[in-house]
Parts: sequence; structure tokens; C-alpha cells
Amino acid sequence: MPKLIKQSTIIDNVWLKLDKDSSETPETSAVLFPLERFLANPDLVIGQAESGVWLDSDQEPSALAPYIEKLSLIAINFPKFVDGRGYSYARQLRDKFKYQGELRAIGDVLHDQLFYMKRCGFDSFAVREDKDIESAKNGLNAFTECYQAATDQPEPLFRRRQ
Amino acid sequence: MYKYDGYDKQIVKERTAQFRDQTERYFNGSLSAEEFLPLRLQNGLYVQRHAPMLRIAVPYGMLSSRQLRKLAEISRIYDKGYMHFTTRQNVQFNWPKMAQVPDILEHLNSVEMHSIQTSGNCIRNTTTDQFAGVISNEVADPRPYCEIIRQWSTFHPEFAFLPRKFKIAVNACPDADRAATMVHDIGLELVRNDANELGFKVFVGGGLGRTPVIASEIRAFLPEKHLLSYLDAILRIYNMHGRRDNKYKARIKILVKALGDQEFARMVEEEWQHLKDNSTTLTQAEIDRVKTFFTEPEYAVLENEPASFVEQKTAHKGFANWVARNINSHKKPGYAIVTLTLKKTGTPPGDASDRQVEMIADMADKYSFGEVRVTHDQNIVLADVRQDQLFDLWQEAKAAGFATPNLNMLTDIICCPGGDFCGLANAKSIPVAEQIQSKFDDLDFIYDIGELHLNISGCMNACGHHHVGNIGVLGVDKRGDEFYQVSLGGSAGRDASLGKILGPSFARDDMPEVVEKLLQVFVENRTEEELFIDTYRRIGLDPFKERVYAKAD
Repeated sequence: MPKLIKQSTIIDNVWLKLDKDSSETPETSAVLFPLERFLANPDLVIGQAESGVWLDSDQEPSALAPYIEKLSLIAINFPKFVDGRGYSYARQLRDKFKYQGELRAIGDVLHDQLFYMKRCGFDSFAVREDKDIESAKNGLNAFTECYQAATDQPEPLFRRRQ
Repeated sequence: MYKYDGYDKQIVKERTAQFRDQTERYFNGSLSAEEFLPLRLQNGLYVQRHAPMLRIAVPYGMLSSRQLRKLAEISRIYDKGYMHFTTRQNVQFNWPKMAQVPDILEHLNSVEMHSIQTSGNCIRNTTTDQFAGVISNEVADPRPYCEIIRQWSTFHPEFAFLPRKFKIAVNACPDADRAATMVHDIGLELVRNDANELGFKVFVGGGLGRTPVIASEIRAFLPEKHLLSYLDAILRIYNMHGRRDNKYKARIKILVKALGDQEFARMVEEEWQHLKDNSTTLTQAEIDRVKTFFTEPEYAVLENEPASFVEQKTAHKGFANWVARNINSHKKPGYAIVTLTLKKTGTPPGDASDRQVEMIADMADKYSFGEVRVTHDQNIVLADVRQDQLFDLWQEAKAAGFATPNLNMLTDIICCPGGDFCGLANAKSIPVAEQIQSKFDDLDFIYDIGELHLNISGCMNACGHHHVGNIGVLGVDKRGDEFYQVSLGGSAGRDASLGKILGPSFARDDMPEVVEKLLQVFVENRTEEELFIDTYRRIGLDPFKERVYAKAD
């Protein structure tokens, strides 16, 4: 079973991610629906015990604003790790739309980006499967101090300096 | 200048450890070349034509004598004993070994330096006026704001993977713009409003490169405390909407053009509404804290134009020439701002040897409170020199080759490293600069021509700022041969404008003659008080074009 990092621990990834062109409707819980499928029938997803939606890198999170409190997992896809739109989407979900549930990075998720992702509000990381997830986990703690406020540290350094 | 505290030291130390680990993973194969590429770029490490190139950050151009000596030492141990000062007020080493870069970073950390975000698709070094803090007519010293921006932009988690590189410049001078703010992704101009409060006029979407654009104003007054949250809003709109499908259309200027500056401004304001007044809002305590690093040195109480200085100017024509050209007036009586030119004929513009850099450090200690500034036109400024010590300094600078009295003149050429060093270049640029400098070596002639900015880039990426040169030269590739396209009428100053292409390009050996013909047209047409750019603006491109492309009889 594929793995992911959640709250700094490596666990099994039990979620089933449906592709954009998939038409199947699995019987199981813990399904990640593409945004289009979700918007076509939000109640189907929200009715599940565990409900999840994934956004691609060209899908802004504002579309999810009406459903924020009812979702237990939102995943943001990084088709390539150099496509940084997902960082802003995460900040908006956490800070603007006040999303409190699990926020997962999926796709080209690698060691050296985990720290930035964590700072922007991601709390689970489906590290690319061909990579050593144990080693990648170290990337979460590349720095012990930061200048800016972000989702993980609401006060910028200049308000905390001693 | 800014001094690191424990937090700053910790952050650069952890960066070096991180980069050492990344370099090791690259060499052991767990990090692919493609994955390592943006990581090393964000640490200033390019793989160039002959060897890797390492770009060191010089925040807003400020260097201490101690830092200069460390750079000289690094160049001896890890490079070929010289370095290059860039048009972004940074320093480059052209011959380091990739495996040794983490060691170089440790040397840099020991003098509060680093190479963070000197390349890559992230927020780059913020630049400003090289005369900040020592001229009388600035609204306020821009350097504290540059330092505040430096800290905010360093490892900003949201903006490490932007569509393209991002450059911010700050100007604080109402009647001049030595930071070329109008050709930056964001240009900030320090202003006061009617209530005498400090703030910024905000410009976005300027740039050079393939699509040169003058920036558009999107906000007439942003109170200083909102600086960072507003920058967050601009960067977020760019990060979310900037093009990522074509690297030549990925800069913010293309987005601003596509949306229109008013629509772009509206989107920024809308996003800002929920960021405004958040914890990123600057406190007066923080602004004051950072300002304490940029207070005045202990100036002596002096008079302007002391007798010894006046006598020395009368007795030595060369000294008088240098004073007339390379000295700017200082806000304090009896002091002067000195520009040491790294533009001696026969030396690539911006290059300096380890020994020369140490001599600059010595001069800084002896004459200017131990600090220098790097300028975007690749010279070095000693900002606080006593007028009664200028003669001694001139003699030392002359002996060291830094006193060519050509500041802002025809031979004070801005030039990128070009095809001699750079993997991107279409053509060499340094030999063109040398040929022009050799042809026009008569100082009286150069002074007669007056202020004239000649800028050379080896390719469309425009590192030599050719679009904003009064005379711009661009290296182009014509079926494998190196040719040079000439443009006229660019300006990076307060009256920023982009040059117009003169016509078909020229072979390298023809360039000095082309420049000579352009100068002839200027000399024949100018009125008494006109500079080259003024005459061009009055008479237009055609007279220049006709002369340069005239058939020989």
C-alpha cells in the first residue's frame, strides 16, 4: 500500500484518488473526487463518513468555499514540483476560507519542498512513490526558524525577536 | 549596515547545511539533475559554459571591508583570483567547483553573507540607490525597507516556485532614479502623503528581456506599515495567474499586460482586503529597529571646499577631472561620494582581482568608515569620504586602476559577461566594450560628448540592460555568426524609456565606427545644453539611421 506522511508520521495511504476522466463510483469510503465530479454532485461526497476533493494546479480553491466545513480532506495536486500555485491555494484555504480539515499535497511531492508545504498549511504529504519517504520526511524540518508569518507560525519573526 | 543577530545566523547556517545535504544527494543519485536544478539555482549556482558559476547576494549593494576581504580570499582558494560585480549589485565567481560550494557558503556565513535566492524563479535580491542615506534630497533612507523586504522574501514559503524570477527595486529620490525601478517586476517609490506620512507609490510589471516594458502604477500611496501584506497580495495574484506554459511569457509584466493594469490592480486590492492588518503588518518598533542599523556614521564637523582641496584641484588637472566626473555631492558639508570605476580599458566591465578587491577594502577602511556599495552599473561607491582626503584617495585609486574618470560617460559601459562566459549568450559582449573603449580613449573628447549610457547585452535576456541604454547593443546570432543590433533612446532614469532599434545589425569590428557615426550626428545637431539623449529625443531616430547606413561614395 502506498504511504504518506501525516503529522510527521509515515502511515498507509488508504484513500482512493479518482482521476479526472474516471466515471466509477466506488462503494468504499475515503475517496478523493476530482473537483468537477464533486461540484456536479456535492451531496454524494459530503454524505460520506470521510469525504475528499482534490484540486489540480489550475483549479482555484474558491470553488470549494461553500463546502469548506463539510470536507474532511482536500488534496492539491502538484503536476510538477516547480509549479508553485498549490502553495497559494493552501494559504487561501487555511487563511482566507478557514479550512480546518486535512490538507494533503499530492503529485510531484518531494523532500525539498515539504518544508514550504508545511508552512503553507499542508499537514499530509503523499510523497512521490519512487522516492524514499523516510528520507524525505527530514525535509519537513529543514529550518528551525523563519522570518515570515505563515499558516504554521501566525507571528512573523519581527513580532517574536528577543 | 545591517548586523545579523542569533536568528539571522541560525537561518543562514541551516541553509548551508540544507544545501550541503542537497549537493550530497545530487552526487549520490537520490536527487536527479532535474530536481536539483531549481534547488541549486535558488542558491545562485549555475552550470555555465566552462564551469559552474556562483552568484553571491549583496543585499541592496552594501558590503563591509571585512566582507570584501573574505570575497577576495574565497576567490583565491576556490576560484581564479578574481570576481565579477553584476548589474544586480551582486558578486559572481566564474570558476568554483560544484562540490566545494557548501564550503564556500560556510566562508560566506562567517561574514554574514550567503547566496540565497540569487537565481531561480523566486524573489531575488532587492536593489536600491547606491547613494541611499548620503544624499540630501531623498524622502527617507530606503535601505531599512530593503532589509525588511529581504527578510520577508528569504525562504518565503508561498513564493519559492513562481512562474519566473521576480525582482523588486526601491527608490527614494524624487528627482532621480539610480535603481531603474521602472524596469522591475515591482518598483517601490518612497513618498510622503499630504499628512506627511511615509509610504510607497507602487509600480508593477516593468522589465527588460525579450519584452521590455515600463512599469505601471497600481497604487499612489501605500502606508509603510502595509508594505509586506501588499507585496504578499501582488505576489499571490502573480503566483496563481502568471503563465507557466511558456518561460518567455511568464514574467509578471505579461500578466499585467494581458489583464490590463487596472484589472490587475483590482485583483490585488481584492486579495489584500483579507490580508490587510494581519500579523505581517509592520510595527513601528520593527521599522525603528531596522532603522537603527542605518544611522549616520560619526561624521566630523567640516566645511565644504576646504582650501587644500581647492588648491589640489587647481594644481592637478587629472584630479580636477576626476572630481568633476566621479564625485557626487554629499548631504554633509565637507564630505563627498566617490565612485570607483571598474571600467578601465582592457578589463571586462565589473571584473576585479582579489588584490584589487583588497585594495578597495583598505580604501574603505581608511577613507569611508569601512563600507562600500556596489552599483547596478558595475562600479563601487565609497559613500563617506572627507573632501580634504580626496586627493590621497585619488592617488591610491589611480595606482590601483579605479580612477578612470569616466563615470556616466561613453566608456563607462554596462556589459554582461556575454559569450566569453555565459551559456545563454548569442554573442560576446566584453570584446565589443573593449573595442569601443579603445577607440574612444581621448578624455577631452569623452567629456565633450558628456553623459551618455552605452549598455551591451550578449542576448535577449538583457543582463546588460541594453533596452535602457542611450545607445543599446544586443548580441544576436545570424546563422552562427555573432552580430550586434543597435538601439537608441533608452533611459533607466526618472524619465525611463525603451530604446528603438536603429536597423539591421552589424559585425563586431564595425561597432566602433557605428558608435563614432552616432556621435557625429549628435555633435552636429546638439544645442549647447543638450545631452545625447536630449538631442535624440528632439531630432528622432532618422538622422542617426541615415548616417550609419549611408552608402559609401
